[in-house]
Amino acid sequence: MSAGYQAPKSFLDNHGKSSGAAAWILSTDHKRIGILYLCSMLTFFSVAVVIGLLMRIELIAAGKTIMEAKTYNAFFTVHGMIMIFLFIIPGIPAAFGNFIMPIQIGAKDVAFPRLNLLSWWLYISGGLIAVLSLFTGGGAPDTGWTFYAPYSIRTGTNVSLAVFAAFVLGFSSILTGLNFVTTIHRMRAPGMTWFRMPLFPWSLYATGWVQIVATPVLAITLLLLIFERSFGVGFFDPAKGGDPILFEHLFWIYSHPAVYIMILPAMGVISEIVPVFARKGIFGYKAIVLSSLSIAGVGYLVWGHHMFTSGMSDTSRWIFSLLTFIVAVPSGVKVFNWVSSLYKGSIDVRPPFLYVMAFIFLFSIGGLTGLINGALSTNIHIHGTYFIVGHFHYVMFGGTGIAFFGALHFWFPKMFGRMYSEKIARVAVALLFIGLNTLYFPMLVLGWQGMPRRYYDYLPQFQPLNVISTIGSWIVAAALIIMFTNLIRSLFKGEKAAGNPWDGTTLEWTVSSPPPHENFEEGPVITHGPYQRT
Amino acid sequence: MSAETEIKAAPHGDYVGAKVGMWLFLVTEVLLFGGMFLLYSVFRSKYPQDFHEAAKELSVALGAANTVILLTSSLTMALSIGYLRSGKKKPSVLFQTATILLGFAFLVNKYFEWGAKIQHGLYPDSPELLALPKGEILFYGLYYVMTGLHGLHVIVGMIILSVLLVFTSKDIVNGHSFIKLENGGLYWHLVDLIWIYLFPLFYLIT
Ligand code: HEM
Ligand SMILES: [Cu+2]
Repeated sequence: MSAGYQAPKSFLDNHGKSSGAAAWILSTDHKRIGILYLCSMLTFFSVAVVIGLLMRIELIAAGKTIMEAKTYNAFFTVHGMIMIFLFIIPGIPAAFGNFIMPIQIGAKDVAFPRLNLLSWWLYISGGLIAVLSLFTGGGAPDTGWTFYAPYSIRTGTNVSLAVFAAFVLGFSSILTGLNFVTTIHRMRAPGMTWFRMPLFPWSLYATGWVQIVATPVLAITLLLLIFERSFGVGFFDPAKGGDPILFEHLFWIYSHPAVYIMILPAMGVISEIVPVFARKGIFGYKAIVLSSLSIAGVGYLVWGHHMFTSGMSDTSRWIFSLLTFIVAVPSGVKVFNWVSSLYKGSIDVRPPFLYVMAFIFLFSIGGLTGLINGALSTNIHIHGTYFIVGHFHYVMFGGTGIAFFGALHFWFPKMFGRMYSEKIARVAVALLFIGLNTLYFPMLVLGWQGMPRRYYDYLPQFQPLNVISTIGSWIVAAALIIMFTNLIRSLFKGEKAAGNPWDGTTLEWTVSSPPPHENFEEGPVITHGPYQRT
Repeated sequence: MSAETEIKAAPHGDYVGAKVGMWLFLVTEVLLFGGMFLLYSVFRSKYPQDFHEAAKELSVALGAANTVILLTSSLTMALSIGYLRSGKKKPSVLFQTATILLGFAFLVNKYFEWGAKIQHGLYPDSPELLALPKGEILFYGLYYVMTGLHGLHVIVGMIILSVLLVFTSKDIVNGHSFIKLENGGLYWHLVDLIWIYLFPLFYLIT
């Protein structure tokens, strides 16, 4: 920054009438809302990690170790619910999408700033209702995060309130998606044609559509579950003519597309970080865009692959399996594009880039094991085993979780105007990478050997790998502690960050760090593609 | 291309943007009911005969009356927007009020219809209902859930329209800034449209 230049007041300084906490929780500034989401999500995440660690301690030895079977059932349900509905679904869009996307497209804010704030309020209310459901009524739900009928209708635990919480969270998710899609349609800066838009907004655009199209099906499914429990309508009860399998269908019609709500924004983040640190454009920009759109288009048609053993005709099974393989192609396209972008780049291996490398490795394991799940014959073998648990943790934590932390390290200087210690960040990501593999790879093997999921106990021959897995969970915990300590410390003590610390080319790097109140002193006019270096 | 290069006004002033947002929201509403229509088609194809018998019990007259009421309310809604757009506040207020009252009439009608069924012991999980064939149990389950959910939307629509009525009389919504009323109207038409599907599915095709 040149001498004498007076940086504009940042969004972190108060502007409106209110001050203190009110200036945050009532702010309609997309950047503040992004940070609200970030803090609340990381709080929920930490709680769920602690629950995960406790479950892993329970599993360090066969038989009862530290908790009863019932407690364990409640634990994996609550862990799953928090991780899915409170962390990974709002996840990258709500935190980084809110903060970065409007700046990347050269806008002052999102299309509906007040609706945006409402989304956060719904999110936080949903979260509090979920917490309430643990301590009221029949106690924490014990159905698994999937709430399968008929057990979810019969159990005396507080399923109705927990499900209502998920309903509210779904509403929040819909409103965010709707807001982003409208924003991207209407508020791009002059000259920013669709194909001059960076890939992160593109991924959020595709995600927004999935949120809009899929989430209402979850909403009605959850409402029906509440109706079943309260009024005994009978849709899922064979004694009254209904069919519990219908619940599974409705649930997965949402919940498979939901995995794209989780992964597409993560892919968007990777697509931003790669060109910055490869110091060259992205390879196959249009292919990446189209793969996002095609995932958002075809992703609704594969839900049946979660139900291969639930009773379905052979015809529908092979169709679902075939479609599953087809929908894997666009993800593969992306991985190849990222790797090709590195070819002949002058790669600068900084912490965000290390997260990208971790992502590509871990996500590839997650994606490839997904194909094993999607093939009919192997699915029968690993259905309901730890193989599934290993698979989805590789995708969700190794994929989206890593991308989330990658995004945090990438945009941290922009969001808070401070740099963290790169050295400590490297230690943390390395440890996280080792920890995740130690924690989850044994699960894949255990599942292959037949250890079923969702039990607090196992046959003695499974112990060695379970011990390794539990040790892995401690490595992950250590890595997370180091990472957060580093970041929190630098919030206060970090060096001041420049406007463009990584030498990025997209619009967020043209404004000061942290950005001024309405993002741009002068509205940008776009004349070239997002990753072009001049 | 011109739409892409035009300089974007303040977010609140974006008329098209507000419309886009509303239409997207309507998509989610359609899909919400879509889940129910899916259940309806699954159960209907599983128990065609029971559905046939059960549907005979519903009063076509009451259903038809409600259809007329809702269609009329869509008309009054459209009129109120038309008048406001041409700057005529009074008739607009009048027609908005009429729309709300018609919504109310729909609910009153529904109340009596449900009330009569419940009197006869026909409600979810009732002993009388459980004594019927399975398909009929499901038919009434669908009937209550779908018309109930629709009724809830009517109530929400009436609340929205009441707020808009206040806005209009306070000139917050006026001949120059009428997007809120238009979007409220879109919501109301959607609620109407869903009924247009519910009516034949439950009352007409027996
Ligand atoms: C230190 C981190 C973590 C540990 C130690 C951990 C551990 C576990 C364990 C032990 C289970 C139960 C397996 C079973 O008995 O079937 C589980 C389930 C699950 N985890 Fe994690 N996990 C962690 C992070 C995450 C993350 C980041 C996510 C998603 C973003 C996640 C999502 C889930 C889900 C969805 C389930 C399934 C719950 C169910 O069966 O209903 N976990 N995890
Ligand atoms: Cu799936």
